[in-house]
This record gives sequence, C-alpha cells and structure tokens, in this order.
Amino acid sequence: MAANAVGVAFRGLSRSFPGGCTMKWQITSDDLRGDFLRQVEAESRQRILACYQCGKCSAGCPVAPEMDILPNQIIRLVQLGMKDQALASRAIWICASCATCTTRCPQEVDIARVIDALRNIAIREGRSSPEREIRVFNQVFLRNLASHGRLYEVGLIRDYNLLSGHLFKDVLKAPVMFRKGKINPFPPKVKGARELKALFQKLRPPARGGA
Amino acid sequence: MKRYLYYPGCSLHSTSREYDLSARTVCQRLGIGLEEIPDWVCCGATPAHVTDHLLAVALPVKSLISAGKVDGRDVVTCCAACFGRLKAANQEMAEDVEIRAQVKQLLGEEYRGEVRVRHLLEVLLEDVGLQELGLRAERKISGLAVASYYGCLLVRPPKLMRFDDPERPRSMDDLMQAVGARAVGWAYNIECCGASLSLTRTEIVLRLCRDILADAKARGADCLAVACPLCQSNLDLRQAEVEKAYGVRFGLPVLYFTQLLGLALGAGLGELGLDRLLVDPIPLLRSKGLV
Repeated sequence: MAANAVGVAFRGLSRSFPGGCTMKWQITSDDLRGDFLRQVEAESRQRILACYQCGKCSAGCPVAPEMDILPNQIIRLVQLGMKDQALASRAIWICASCATCTTRCPQEVDIARVIDALRNIAIREGRSSPEREIRVFNQVFLRNLASHGRLYEVGLIRDYNLLSGHLFKDVLKAPVMFRKGKINPFPPKVKGARELKALFQKLRPPARGGA
Repeated sequence: MKRYLYYPGCSLHSTSREYDLSARTVCQRLGIGLEEIPDWVCCGATPAHVTDHLLAVALPVKSLISAGKVDGRDVVTCCAACFGRLKAANQEMAEDVEIRAQVKQLLGEEYRGEVRVRHLLEVLLEDVGLQELGLRAERKISGLAVASYYGCLLVRPPKLMRFDDPERPRSMDDLMQAVGARAVGWAYNIECCGASLSLTRTEIVLRLCRDILADAKARGADCLAVACPLCQSNLDLRQAEVEKAYGVRFGLPVLYFTQLLGLALGAGLGELGLDRLLVDPIPLLRSKGLV
C-alpha cells in the first residue's frame, strides 16, 4: 500500500510561487498511519480529526495574507500525518496567537493551541524555521528571562538586533522613549531570580533560549 | 477598602509605566488597595508558549504560588497578555493532572489553580460598578468620542477568559459612557494588532495597525482606549511609522482606559502619565476643556 500515493493540491501555496502554479504533495499510507497525528493530539489536547475543513479559522485570521498555507490547511496536514510539510511551513511561525480561529471554530478545536504544539515540536526537534527573526526573538527573550526573572527590555532589543543582524532596528526610537521615561537602562532586580535560573536548568534546552 | 494582589507584568515596569501609574492613581481614588505579589516573575508571554508548553505554565504558576501564600486575595493585572497567560496556567493546573504533576516537580510545590486572576477592567465593573463610577466622576469626560479597543487577549479564547462577549464586547464602552464619554461604534475593536510580531515582522504590525486606526478615524473617534500594553505600544509608538508607510495621517492619541477614567475622577496629567504617550493627547484634551 505504501506505493498508493495521492496528490493533493493546496491552493494557498500558489501564493509563494510566481505565476500562481499549484504544488502537489505526495501523501503515502506511511504518513497516514504514522504517529504524528496522535502526537499533536496528545500535546495540544485537541481532537484534530473533529475538523471538517470549513475554513472559518482561515477566514478570520488577521495574518493569513502573510501565510504560505492557511490555518485550516495546517490542520489538514496534521490530519494526514504530513509532519515535514506542517513543521516546515512559514504559517506556524507567522501566527500571532490572537485566538480568533479558536474562538470561531464550530467544532471547538483550539487551533491556536495546535499551532503552539507544532512550534514546540519543531523547536524540540531542532528544525530550522523559515522565519529566522521570530526564532531569534523567542530565544533572546527566554534567555533574557532566565537571567533576570523579568524582562530587561534594553537587553532584549540589544541582543535581538545583534543576533538578527538588524543592527539599527528601532534605534531611532531610543532617544524619545528615554525622554518619555519608557526605557529603564538597568536590569530588573528580582529576589527569586536564582530560583528561576534553577527552574530553567531543569527544562529542555530550547526553553532556556538554547538551540 | 477592597484589597487585591497586583501583578504588574514586565511592560508596566518599563515601556508602559504610564499604565501602571494611572492604574494606581485610579485605584487610590476609588479606595482599591493594590499590593504587588512578592517576587513575581515574567509570565513568559508569547515566546514561552511558542517554545515550551511546560515553561509557559510553570512561569505564571511561580508567581501565583507566591500570591497564594499572602492570603486569599484575588490577583489583579492590567496587561491583557499577562491576564491570558495567568488564566491559562490556572486552567491547566485545575484540569490537567499530568501538567500539574510536571509543574509540581519543577517548582517543588503543589498548586491547583485556586488563586483567582482578574483584569482591572473586570474588577472596576464588577466590584465597584458602573453606577458608582458614574457618581464618582468629578469631571465627566463628555465631548470625547472614544473608540474602545479590546484587541485579542482580554476576550479570547472565550472559554478561558470568560470576560465579556468575544465578538461584541461592551465592558470598556460601558465604562467610558458611565463617565461621560461617547462610545464610538466601530468594526476593528477586536482585531489583532500583531502584538509580538512588532520587532520581527514589523510590516505586518503596520498593516494591522493601519486598518485599526483608519476605521477608528473614519467612525469619528477622537482617541482610542486600550487595556493592553502591547496594543498600546503598537498603535501609539508605531503610529508615525504607519502614517509614513501608508501616506496617511491619523494623529489619534491611544490612551489607557485607566488614563481616561483617571481624568474623569479628577486626577492630574502627571499622576496619569499623559505626558508619556507618543501621540500627544494634550491638544485634544485641551480642545475639549479637560485639562
């Protein structure tokens, strides 16, 4: 049965290819019988097969224009066990976690939480993301937290600019923000910061902002 | 005097100091006591839940355990994003045995989601009440057309937040009306501002903020009222960028609902941090005779 492959066209993909061609993916019975669907269902605590692809999540998604595949297509890929395609999508990183999809799903699938589970899995497996800046931001943010307990924003912007290569990002805003008292140049002091460091050490490396 | 434990969150200690300032001023004037949770830590915000679910639950729980040790007071927060993360952590701890065990192992303490977490808007409406707020208003902010912007996390996901109607929220509009303002009816009150994409995919945030500001302007709003520091930063701090990118002019001040309420309660400009906003609200307030 492994050779019994089905081609599926994803309309949303045509955006990423000039000329509007559609790309076909091969689904094999190995994908369908794999354990990816069960893994995502377990991590997200969601019944993913309940989704009947009505598309309401995608219709209301505020960042759909920037996505390569749409939210309902992300769910479809999971239903079909197409792990590599789901985890390599730009869409899972573009998601702003606004939960409009979750709010409107007639089948009560918490789509935002499914997307979180996919991002957790991708990070844990060390997969590269097509949205490099977003990954860098998340890492820098968590490292900042692990060392200060609360966000030290000057450090966050500095580290993000250095690591993302966007050295002068928002630098022009610094003087006015300083004048308006919106920048605290010193890192916050929290008594429990050491305890928090210990907590981060007990977690998997990505949770500490590592690779 | 009603007393609460206060979770300011990181933004209110830095970029959104005026939200902290105005919230404290309003509470003081209404006889609401706010005491910071000892040694609270960051809720982890979006980077935590995107990266590791366990971390995203454990961080808020650490602060909630600390709150639980003080006494049985409710926790109140002003940041819609913190509100969402704290409530999500509470729900997980109350309902998910597996996560609860994992968090217990991490933090060395048992917690079952028992500390009640509320947003300041909720506390004002439920524990003080619109009628009382209306009576307390010394200086009605009438003449001001306010577009109340709820954004995402105050009302979504509804099963978790249980706060107002997720599609047609009224709480902030009702509050503004109670103290004399005109509540503007508009279409973008629950649309996302792009939140955490602000640094990484700024152009998406500019597009979303353009739509929000344009609708508020078209419906005749004088200013926006917000209840989240991320929404405020994107709409206020990036407004000049939005105007430049799209060749439009909005000039719409974006005030925290606590600043508008504070004005109505008779508080001064400095007490409310009105001088800290990027789009200067003073000319507008002056033209309406409010300062």
